[in-house]
Amino acid sequence: MLAYLLRSLVQGAVVLVAVAFIAFSMFRFVGDPVANMVGQEATLQDRAELTQRLGLDQPFPIQFLRFLGNAAQGDFGVSYRQARPVSSLIAERLPATVELAVISALFATLAGVGLGVYAAIRRHGFLANAVMTLSLVGVSLPTFLIGIGLIYLFAVELRWLPSFGRGETVRIGWWSTGLLTASGLKSLVMPVLTLGFFQLTLIMRLVRSEMLEVMRSDFVRFARARGIPNRVIEFRHALRNTMIPVVTIAGLQLGSVVAFAIVTETVFQWPGLGALFVTAVQFADVPVMAAYLVFVAFVFVVVNLATDFAYLALDPRLRTGGARGAH
Amino acid sequence: MSATRIALAAALLAATALTAVSAEARTLRWARVGDSLTLDPHSQNEGATHTLAHHIYEPLAMRNQKGDLVPGLATSWRTLPNDPTVWEFKLRQNVKFHNGAPFNADDVVFSLNRAMQPTSEMKGLLTSVESVTKVDDSTVHVKTKGPNPLLVNNLTNTFIMDKEWAEANNATKTQDFKNKEENFAVRNANGTGAFQLVSREPDVKTVMKRNDGYWGKGTEVPLEISEIIYTPIKSDATRVAALLSGEVDFVQDVPVQDIERLKNTPNLRVTEGPENRTIFFGLNVGAKDLKTDNVEGKNPLADKKVRQAMNMAVNRAAIQRVVMRGQSVPTGVIMPPFVNGWTPELDKAPAPDANRARALLKEAGYDNGFQITMHCPNDRYVNDEGICQAVVGMLGQIGIKVNLVSQSKTIHFPLITKEPAETDFYLYGWGVPTFDSEYVFTYLHHSRTGKFGANNATGYGTPELDKKIESLAAEVDTAKRNATIAEIWKQVQDDLPYIAVHHQMLAYATKNNVEIPVDAENQVKLKYVAFKGM
Repeated sequence: MLAYLLRSLVQGAVVLVAVAFIAFSMFRFVGDPVANMVGQEATLQDRAELTQRLGLDQPFPIQFLRFLGNAAQGDFGVSYRQARPVSSLIAERLPATVELAVISALFATLAGVGLGVYAAIRRHGFLANAVMTLSLVGVSLPTFLIGIGLIYLFAVELRWLPSFGRGETVRIGWWSTGLLTASGLKSLVMPVLTLGFFQLTLIMRLVRSEMLEVMRSDFVRFARARGIPNRVIEFRHALRNTMIPVVTIAGLQLGSVVAFAIVTETVFQWPGLGALFVTAVQFADVPVMAAYLVFVAFVFVVVNLATDFAYLALDPRLRTGGARGAH
Repeated sequence: MSATRIALAAALLAATALTAVSAEARTLRWARVGDSLTLDPHSQNEGATHTLAHHIYEPLAMRNQKGDLVPGLATSWRTLPNDPTVWEFKLRQNVKFHNGAPFNADDVVFSLNRAMQPTSEMKGLLTSVESVTKVDDSTVHVKTKGPNPLLVNNLTNTFIMDKEWAEANNATKTQDFKNKEENFAVRNANGTGAFQLVSREPDVKTVMKRNDGYWGKGTEVPLEISEIIYTPIKSDATRVAALLSGEVDFVQDVPVQDIERLKNTPNLRVTEGPENRTIFFGLNVGAKDLKTDNVEGKNPLADKKVRQAMNMAVNRAAIQRVVMRGQSVPTGVIMPPFVNGWTPELDKAPAPDANRARALLKEAGYDNGFQITMHCPNDRYVNDEGICQAVVGMLGQIGIKVNLVSQSKTIHFPLITKEPAETDFYLYGWGVPTFDSEYVFTYLHHSRTGKFGANNATGYGTPELDKKIESLAAEVDTAKRNATIAEIWKQVQDDLPYIAVHHQMLAYATKNNVEIPVDAENQVKLKYVAFKGM
């Protein structure tokens, strides 16, 4: 068990360094931050001086090693755009993204599993077919279009929900939450729907097909022959057996919910990390971009690790295998 | 009830009603595409940053919404009669900073010196300044290296901070990116402006409240707004939706494609006007041979006939109509109409004439045209990429095959400012903060030497022309100076290193009860805003 954990941690660290390296080597294609930082009146000499002050005149390996060294000590530098330490920018933006991503993922998973099971059990029902058709829309429509459509309907026409921002937030320590105010909750509705919609349809379709598969398998037939009630078969036997692939997908999707939040956050002016990243790219704000990409990689690593542990909990065979390995 | 009592009651009622109106809380919710980069008044020289700063801080002299120079924290200025290199500023009396500290000459000396630090981005406008000295509490002398008739024009965005406040908060220096700490002035402010900072969350929300002790209140400006809530909204569609749904009162950056729709919305108002910015193409006329063309051994753009042909091929009216949806003013010169030196004759754009252009190309020896690469930004100017695409088509009609490379401004602009420049044909825009032609010549027409020609990627410039441009800086005789300006324009219009396209227009959308006139520099100043009956 401990060996497994250690191995995962080392793998995670390697992934982080690799992501940092790839990201760093791509920054030169994003452009020159100095062009955005100096005024229109800057002379060639002014530009050269600033480039030197930022250390951008150094060769790539030195820039990268310096970044790694500082990052290992938790220092991600100062944002070129906002002149503030990147670590405090990230800490400030993190709560907004985490709340949005976690609630979207919860919404997608709960609604997705529920609807998936329903569509599998009542596979010929009218409602189930309607849900399946609607899910095609979710899979094929791009996120920003759903977002803009929702804004038009609920903000401009009906005026029920705010079109942008996070509403009022309450600070608990360094964490700012929008979950405790009415305007904060109202502001969450559309971004959560937008961000979670794709994941919802994906999970729903997956649960449905897995469920149909399991319902045809021998052990369900035997269970039915033994006279076990339908409810119990559906939820205790069948659903549990469909959960392994669903957990894998849902876990991986949590990572991409954080990554996809870029689009949703831009559409709704959600003050999270994704919006921070987009403005950073346009400004070629290298320290912020680097820190964000490493952060997203970190999220993926952690989520994958957590998914592995969830398998252990769900599948008893893996547990005994793991126990034997530890002897 | 006697008549006097009724009159008295009526007067009383009217008085209460009046006070009720003037004391009424009037919040203006203001949205634009991007946020100010910092509240530090000398750290960045950038439009959105200055616009926000103008509400909190003030310079010695400033521009009103029409672009005229008006007194700010200085009430008057002049060059000393016996020494043209010394500007004397008389300072406004009884002005207080938001924290209650009095404004005086020490603050001016401190602030101008702070703006000239190597890490300040405002230093470029103050390169002519040698020293700033306090004469007495209400007088400051600025000594320049040689006479500088335009010094005041360069000070309109150089804000005055409170010396004691900066010292107490360790903010006497502008942000140095080598330093890992955040400067106190980045998120805190203490100015003399019409509005006072209440809270700031960068990129999210900035709240300001009215400075009731503002020196100009009632006399210079109505100052009816009691609170400003400033929110950047990046996505065009969301910004417009926020206005349509009534969540904001004023959108400063209205996307061109939404202007018609907003105009037709009953409770909204759209105001339009020209901006202090001209869009044009630069041509590499200086190189012996171009890297990005298919002509070997010579540079087609070095031939004036080719440049004239290209100038004639551009159908500016079509660009205005189709690409800009009417939101531009076609022009033949690369300076906006507000600038000293501008004349309607210079501004006149040549009529498009493809036949004459083809004939000119033939005369120049390019019967079959040639190929060249054009560089274009796609996130800087209004519909910049669309302008480039249109011009590619127009040049194609006269046989010049253009390979279009359009990319982000962070990649585009370094091509121009690098030495040597890495583009032969590029789209560029230029605003003139000093409102004087010298600024255009210095950066765009002077050959690239020392502090001159930093943005001139065309390789254009002759020693005689350079000398003329340099002479402007020290010429104190206005008539003589203006004559030289006219001379230079005549020459550069004839040489044609740049092909002007249009002046950019601005559109502001507001609720019906507020009218915000378009500001030439796109620096909205909300202290001027008066509400119309609800």
